[in-house]
Amino acid sequence: MATSSASGAHRWDADPILSVEHLFMRFGGLIAVNDLSFKVGRGDITALIGPNGAGKTTVFNCITGFYKPSEGRLVLGHGRAPTPDEVAEVTRIGERSLVGREAGVFLLERMPDHRVSGEAKVARTFQNIRLFTGMTVLENLMVAQHNALMAASGYSLKGLFGLPGWAGAQRAAVEKAKYWLDKVSLMDRADDPAGDLPYGAQRRLEIARAMCSDPILLCLDEPAAGLNPRESLELNTLLRSIRAEHGTSILLIEHDMSVVMEISDHVVVLDYGTKISDGTPEAVKSDPRVIAAYLGVDEDAVEEVEAEIHSEEATGASS
Amino acid sequence: MAVQTAETAPAAAKAGDAGSLFAHAFKDALITGLIAIGLLGPLIGFQTIIIDGALGLGYRPGLLAVMVGIIFAGRLLLNLTVWSPNRVPKTRSGPSVFDRLGATVGPGVKPALLAFAAAFPFISFYAMGGWNESRYLIDLGILILTYVMLGWGLNIVVGLAGLLDLGYVAFYAVGAYTYALLATSTPVNEFFAGLLGETFWANWAFWICLPMAGLFAGVWGMILGFPVLRLRGDYLAIVTLAFGEIIRLVLINWVDFTGGGAGIASIPRATFFGIPFNASENGFAALFGLEFNPMHRIVFLYFVILVLALITAFATVRLRRLPVGRAWEALREDEIACRSLGINTTTTKLSAFATGAMFGGFAGCFFAVRAGFVSPESFTFDVSAMILAIVVLGGMGSQIGVAVAAAVMMGGMEMLRNLGFLTQLFGNDFDPSLYRMLIFGFAMVAIMVWKPRGLVSTRDPTIFLKERKSVSGDLVKEGHG
Repeated sequence: MATSSASGAHRWDADPILSVEHLFMRFGGLIAVNDLSFKVGRGDITALIGPNGAGKTTVFNCITGFYKPSEGRLVLGHGRAPTPDEVAEVTRIGERSLVGREAGVFLLERMPDHRVSGEAKVARTFQNIRLFTGMTVLENLMVAQHNALMAASGYSLKGLFGLPGWAGAQRAAVEKAKYWLDKVSLMDRADDPAGDLPYGAQRRLEIARAMCSDPILLCLDEPAAGLNPRESLELNTLLRSIRAEHGTSILLIEHDMSVVMEISDHVVVLDYGTKISDGTPEAVKSDPRVIAAYLGVDEDAVEEVEAEIHSEEATGASS
Repeated sequence: MAVQTAETAPAAAKAGDAGSLFAHAFKDALITGLIAIGLLGPLIGFQTIIIDGALGLGYRPGLLAVMVGIIFAGRLLLNLTVWSPNRVPKTRSGPSVFDRLGATVGPGVKPALLAFAAAFPFISFYAMGGWNESRYLIDLGILILTYVMLGWGLNIVVGLAGLLDLGYVAFYAVGAYTYALLATSTPVNEFFAGLLGETFWANWAFWICLPMAGLFAGVWGMILGFPVLRLRGDYLAIVTLAFGEIIRLVLINWVDFTGGGAGIASIPRATFFGIPFNASENGFAALFGLEFNPMHRIVFLYFVILVLALITAFATVRLRRLPVGRAWEALREDEIACRSLGINTTTTKLSAFATGAMFGGFAGCFFAVRAGFVSPESFTFDVSAMILAIVVLGGMGSQIGVAVAAAVMMGGMEMLRNLGFLTQLFGNDFDPSLYRMLIFGFAMVAIMVWKPRGLVSTRDPTIFLKERKSVSGDLVKEGHG
């Protein structure tokens, strides 16, 4: 915390696309996420890391609407970061969102999952890949454009009777799918069933499918899991190009440090549901608490680190 | 069978020579025989008989011995042949006959089947040598086509959206009663008599009620769909089963409205778009210069159900290629992934329920006009089970498979009625029609063992870039509700 508060000029403080505020998630007596607050900068690649069982995926499920948080506020800003007044206004009137011409405020904790992805434009991938295995690669990408195509097909009526407008919309959707197929180099496999693809290709396809829904925030749950070093490098390139060419902000959970340290602008470290560090990759890498909790320390170094933490907490509490 | 080979394989590896193989097979058969004695002893060995007006116990050791002997010999034979560890398992490679039928011969097969269906009344006319003689065949054709249509309708819900619906007959009933109640309603008849003439409602009721039947059934599909949205798999199946029964029980018990168990009789017959099929001067035969024949109406009904079924098929094929159809299939594949892509699974499921129900309603309306009589007896669970069996047997999601399955099931059931030759085999006391369901059951089991994913197990993609490759059934999920 010392690192991020030292300089207020970080993008995630100045222009956050997502602010997680005092997030709690309880499952019965188990507190999976305990008073978690962090910000995701617009256009940043933010990594959420932590040991197994730290609550990373739970945070993801809260952000994407699959879980309803026990407490807390998740503010997503379209266009620009919403002012505190705007956020307070939406919170007070009890609406899910307030969308103006240039900016929109979405309170994700109030939205069901399909609205988070459909309206707030937060797309996600899954730790255990969830493709439509019995459908072809192209069909997977067409399903991702469902909401736009549904409107274009006149909620099926125009499409059913072959009225104009639908065919053009479908062609545009195929073009977009082709663009993403090209990006993830799956053009040759377009007509193959998704379940037939090798593992690495399925991971890439899942990212392409998420991108076909035009997200402003892309949440990736362990995108590099099971990839070989070469595929990990390709993933880094892909994520960088998504950010550079589409301005999509990326939030990712990852265990592969070569990916995390290489591409992220901002790293948030969780342990036992609480945030233990938050800052640039360099700052986090040298944070003794991260080393202790996440990377592990030598036997004799444990006491030393604990002493350091205690002294830091004492100063933090008194200030 | 897999368990059997796994058990016997190590034994064979140990000894391998023919002698120990036989010993092992014999021992296994002996154990089976002992189990059979234990099981069949009380069931077959004893018999209650009346001796001098009192109940007594009879013994049938001979029959028991024959039964156990058959089981012992059969097991021994199987152990030595099919389950023998030395037998090289036959691996079947490549797609099955039906898959090839759907994939490569497909373009030719579908028009051929369609042409046959369209020409069927005339073929049977020439084959049987007259309209009256061909009545049985055309009635059978109508029955098969009704089930083809119902199968295609249920296919949307079960095959595409992956929602197991055991109460589909409810929508069939809603369609049938919509027509029966509206067509026989005196106020409606009087209203139109005052407005458009005495015979208007009798002549036009079917054509006006047909879309309404579909609409009402669709609305009922949504109403019944709402409570079951959160249910999955077995629970969904049970609740839909209950809904099917509830509709039937309401029809039986709401006597004032539906006529109860007695049903509704003298429902107006179908007309040739307002021209009745009768011997009068304004009848169909007189207007078209034909000799009056009651079969004209039957043949016309055949074409009505053919067109209705084709509309169902056309709409389904069209819908599959639209976003809503892809969303149905995506829902079957992975509901959570659907929600992560912004698809509202509630409306998607409801639209599948409503669309499927609508076609069930059309078929129900047709049923009422064909039979001229409806009663709750026609809408039992058997019908739901039959339609579901057609969909499963045909291959979930496949149009052609469902059509073939409907023809095989309904046609096959009728064929089994005509097992007269068996009396020559087993003597005159033998009633072959009693064994109809048994043979039918065996056939179903055999087909499901041979083709567990139905006759057509591959999935046809809805869109392709370069080449249309059908998706293997192993990758396609069945859905969990």
